[in-house]
Amino acid sequence: MTNTLHRFGAPESLRDDYIIFAMAARGINDEGAPAKLQAFLRLALKQHPVNVGNALKGGIFRPSKKLTPLAHWRRQEGVDPAEVVEGIDACTAVAAVFDDPKRLEAFLADLRQADLGISINISALTDEARACCQRAGITRHSVEYSLGFHGDLNRLPDRQVLELSTMCGHGMVSHNFAKKMIDWVKEGRRDPRQAATYMAKFCTCGIFNTTRAARILEEARIGT
Amino acid sequence: MEIDQWKCVACSNCIPTCPMGAIYIDTTVNRATVNLDECVECCTCYRGMSKEHLNPTVVRTIRGFLKLLRIRFDPEPDVCPTDALTPQELTWPRIIRRAFSDPLVPHESTGIHGRGTEEVKTNDVTGRVNEGEAGFTIEFGRPGVGVWFRDIQRMTMALAPLPIAFESKNPVYSLITDPKTGALREDILDEKVLSAILELKTTLEHVPQVLQVVEEVAPTLDTIVSIGVSTRCDARGDNQLEPLLKREGYTFYRGKTNLGLGRRPAVAHA
Repeated sequence: MTNTLHRFGAPESLRDDYIIFAMAARGINDEGAPAKLQAFLRLALKQHPVNVGNALKGGIFRPSKKLTPLAHWRRQEGVDPAEVVEGIDACTAVAAVFDDPKRLEAFLADLRQADLGISINISALTDEARACCQRAGITRHSVEYSLGFHGDLNRLPDRQVLELSTMCGHGMVSHNFAKKMIDWVKEGRRDPRQAATYMAKFCTCGIFNTTRAARILEEARIGT
Repeated sequence: MEIDQWKCVACSNCIPTCPMGAIYIDTTVNRATVNLDECVECCTCYRGMSKEHLNPTVVRTIRGFLKLLRIRFDPEPDVCPTDALTPQELTWPRIIRRAFSDPLVPHESTGIHGRGTEEVKTNDVTGRVNEGEAGFTIEFGRPGVGVWFRDIQRMTMALAPLPIAFESKNPVYSLITDPKTGALREDILDEKVLSAILELKTTLEHVPQVLQVVEEVAPTLDTIVSIGVSTRCDARGDNQLEPLLKREGYTFYRGKTNLGLGRRPAVAHA
């Protein structure tokens, strides 16, 4: 989940982006981990996350391998979140994405009570994450800061493309596809929500925030 | 990755999905083609696109007719209409491209999916990074630029003489032939991957030294370098790393917070 660390954007562009993920330490407390990871996601679903994912099998939004031409008019864009939960059958990392800190906070309170015993991390603005923890009665244990991108920055695309593409830290949402979606939204060929969903299907961990993506695409559409 | 030349209808949908921009239409045959030097075998095009299984001849005929009439149609942008993308059987050393670039392929050296280790994410259980220490994740190729191992080696060789400890369970470390010099295996230097993470640990007092070297080497590489640095917090949730980084002139506001809810299983006593 280093793939969540370097999401690009100014602080005000990250205020609707909270990823919380769970994993067990391999060889130490991973016995019985799948059931605990399922419990984690079930608690997350109570707070209506915008996406959930299993790093081995994907998130809510998934590509289909057997489309027919008719499917274009009524495409199924993904799976039921419960299917993501049921699909956890191995020690992996699972994540939930929230666009509202209040929902995250409620989830944290449930997690504290559930006492699953596996490691749980929030990837977000560090001050916001700390404040959410404090309100839920949790003192953070460790922290990793993103110091951003270095080197030949001329190789990077523009701000909005980067804000979209870095929401999959594995790089599965390419800069060119993000740019194409911005162009399509500007041309009125797709609306921001549809374009965000196309991109989310490329993220194999289910950490792509479709709410934030739709907002960025709408801003790009009107040129702000 | 290969594209089945009989199935491909040159719809171009796969072209923007490639993180490396390695797919293009070969105008001599009017088919999509992969530049294998630049392809990192991440399988993004193959796995991320939905697939139809239409008859290529029929699709080509329809497309050709519409093109003749200058009619632009509006296909779904994430669909390969004929299932033409075909992953290759890979051999060493090219197979290393997929190991580092495809997040669904477990890396043999770590046994986990992805490019790094558990890092600070399970620090509440493993105690890998303690108070007074800093863990670095130095990532090459991200976001969406890619990196050749020969560039990674320039950084590993610059960092090796410093008072640091490379993380031995890290996939890049498994390719270092001599930790004292930071040299990598020669047979992988001309391989390109989507990204790779080097992990190391040092004491807080040496953090500025490590950052200085990374900042000096990064602009000389044909890629982008992303830096993450972690530490353990005290009983109040504070840490000494944050003010240190601010003194060094870094602006940062985003990161990962380990909540400390993990624990080791209780040892049963007889």
